[in-house]
Amino acid sequence: MKRAPTFMDRKDLLALATVAVILLIVFPALLDGFRLNLVGKYLTYAFVAVGLVLCWGYGGILSLGQGVFFALGGYGMAMYLKLEASSVENTKIQSTPGIPDFMDWNQITELPLFWQPFHSFPLTLILIVLAPALFAFVIGSAMFKRRVSGVYFAIITQALAAIATILIIGQQGYTGGVNGITDLRTLHGWDIRTDQAKFILYFVNAALLLGVVVAAMFVRDSKLGRILVAMRDKEDRVRFSGYSVANFQIFVFCLAGVFAAIGGAMFTLQVGFMSPSLVGIVPSIEMVIFTAVGGRLSILGAIYGTLAVNFAKTSLSESFPELWLLGLGGLFIAVVAVFPNGLAGLWRDYAQPFIDKALKLRSVDPADPGAEVAKQAAAAAE
Amino acid sequence: MTPIGAQPTPFLLSVEGLTVSFDGFKAVNDLSFYVDENEIRVIIGPNGAGKTTVLDLICGKTKATAGSITFRDKELTRMSESQIVLAGVGRKFQTPSIYEDLTVFENLEISYPRGRSVWGALTFKRDAAVRERVAEVAEIIFLKDKLHERGAFLSHGQKQWLEIGMLLIQEPDLLMLDEPVAGMSVSERIKTAELLRTIIKDRSVLVIEHDMKFVEDIAHKVTVLHQGRILSEGSMEKVQSDPKVIEVYLGH
Repeated sequence: MKRAPTFMDRKDLLALATVAVILLIVFPALLDGFRLNLVGKYLTYAFVAVGLVLCWGYGGILSLGQGVFFALGGYGMAMYLKLEASSVENTKIQSTPGIPDFMDWNQITELPLFWQPFHSFPLTLILIVLAPALFAFVIGSAMFKRRVSGVYFAIITQALAAIATILIIGQQGYTGGVNGITDLRTLHGWDIRTDQAKFILYFVNAALLLGVVVAAMFVRDSKLGRILVAMRDKEDRVRFSGYSVANFQIFVFCLAGVFAAIGGAMFTLQVGFMSPSLVGIVPSIEMVIFTAVGGRLSILGAIYGTLAVNFAKTSLSESFPELWLLGLGGLFIAVVAVFPNGLAGLWRDYAQPFIDKALKLRSVDPADPGAEVAKQAAAAAE
Repeated sequence: MTPIGAQPTPFLLSVEGLTVSFDGFKAVNDLSFYVDENEIRVIIGPNGAGKTTVLDLICGKTKATAGSITFRDKELTRMSESQIVLAGVGRKFQTPSIYEDLTVFENLEISYPRGRSVWGALTFKRDAAVRERVAEVAEIIFLKDKLHERGAFLSHGQKQWLEIGMLLIQEPDLLMLDEPVAGMSVSERIKTAELLRTIIKDRSVLVIEHDMKFVEDIAHKVTVLHQGRILSEGSMEKVQSDPKVIEVYLGH
C-alpha cells in the first residue's frame, strides 16, 4: 500500500527490469517483424499513458486532449521526413519541385514559413520537445492560473482535440489534410522502410519509453510527486502551505505533453505516416482508457494497460470490426465500476498476497509468465 | 473606508476599514482591528457574524472589496495566497484539512518551509534537518507513533492536531486557527488546549472559537463580531459583562 519514499528502490528496479526484459528480449525473440512493428506502434501510445499517470492519476488533472500533443511530436517528425522525401530531384514532375506533394496539389508554390525549421534535423528534435511544452504551458497557464479544473478542464482539452483535428483537415495545403503526411522515406539519409530499420527503431522506441518511465518515477518519488497527490486531495491546503498550485499543475501538464510528443514522433518513424486520425477526440479518450486499464496510479501499469487494450483491439477488430468500439466502451465502464485501480490494482489485491505467501514458503512457480507481467504492473502501483 | 496603504505600523497585523460584499451583502463591514506581536486574540460571535470570512480575507482566500490588511508593513490584500504564507501567515481550516493519501510524515514534510518552487520540490532532499524537525513536531502534536500511518486512518482529533502540526512546521509569525477544538472529545480538548499553549509562544495567534471555557483559558484579548462589525473588544471580563454581547451572543 505504501509508496516507495525513495527513487528506484528494489521493488521499482525489479519491476522496471521485468518490463525491460519483456520489451527488449521477449517480444523481439517471439514476434515476427510485422508483429514487432505493431507492438512498437502500441508502445508509442504508452508514452501518452505514462504522462497521463502523472497528470491524471497523481495530479488529478484529466486531459482528454493528449492526442494534440501526440500530434505535435508526430507531425514535427513527419514534416522533417516529408521535406527530406521531397527533394527537388524526387519531385521534379511537380509544378513546384522541392515542396511536399500535397502542397503542390493544393496550388501552393512556396514552402510555408512554419515548415522551414524542419529542414534541420537537430532543430526538428528540439521542436518535438519544445513545441508541446510551450503549447501545454500556454494552455496550462490560461487554465490553471484561473483555477479551471476537474470536469471543465477535461471538456476544454477535449475541445482542443476537436479543434486540432478540424484545423489539420481544413488546412490541407499546409498539413496534408485528412490523409495526413504520407510517403515518408528516409531519416537523415537512412531508409526507415526496411525491415532492418524497423527492427532498430523498435529498440530505440523501447529504450526511449524506458527512459520516460525512469523520468516519471523520479518525479513520482520526489517531493513534487507527493505535492501532486496532496493537490489532488486538498488543493487549498497546498495553496495555504505556501505553494503556487497552478505552477505545479502547469509543470505536470507540460511533462505529460512532452512525453506524448516523443511517442508521437516515434509513431511517425515506425509507422511511416502521421494523420489527423491520431489527434482527435476518440484517440485522446482511448489513451485515457489505456491508462485506466493499466491502473492510473501505476507508471508501469500504463505500459501493460496500453499493450493489453491494443492486443485486444487488434484481435477483436480483425474478427468483429463493428464490435470493437462497444468492447472498448464496456471495458471503460468495467474499469470504472469494478476495478478502479486497473490491472495494477487487481494484481495488488489478489495476486500479490498469494505470491508473497508463495515466496515466503520458497515454493515459487517460475512457469507463469502471465503472472509475472501482472505482478510487475502491480509492483509499480504503490 | 479608503485603503490606508502600506505604512509602517507598530502592530504585527493591522486591519483597517475592511469590507467585503457578496452580491451586495456585506459579510464584513468596515472592520478595523489591530493585533500586537505575541498577542493571542480570540474572535467570537454568533453564526454568520463574518468570523471565518475575516480569516479568509487575511489569508487571501477571499479578496476584499475595500480596506487594507497590513502585516509587517506588507499589504496583504494585493498578494497571492502563497505569497501571504511566505510572508509569515499560517491558516488552519475549520474542518481538518490534511492529505488523506499521504502519511503523517509526508503531510508534515510538505509544510516544511523549503523547496516550495517546482524546481525546489523536484530536487528536495529528505535530509537529517527535515527528519529531525518532523519528528520534533510529531512529538508535540501527539503523533510520534503514527508517523507512517496514512492521514485517512487518523481520528478526527488527530487530523486536527496534524493540521496544527503542519502549520507549526511552517513557522508562521501569525497563526490563524478556525475552531481548533470543534468536534473533539473532552480529553482531546484538554490535550489540544495544552498543545495550543505550547505552540503560541513567540508568535501571534488569531483564533475563532465558540467554547467559552477554552477562550477564557487562552485569550489575551477578545473581539466580538456581529453582522460583519465589531460589537465589542477588550479583555474577556470586559466583553463578558458587555450588555450588547450578552444580548446577541452569550445569552442570559
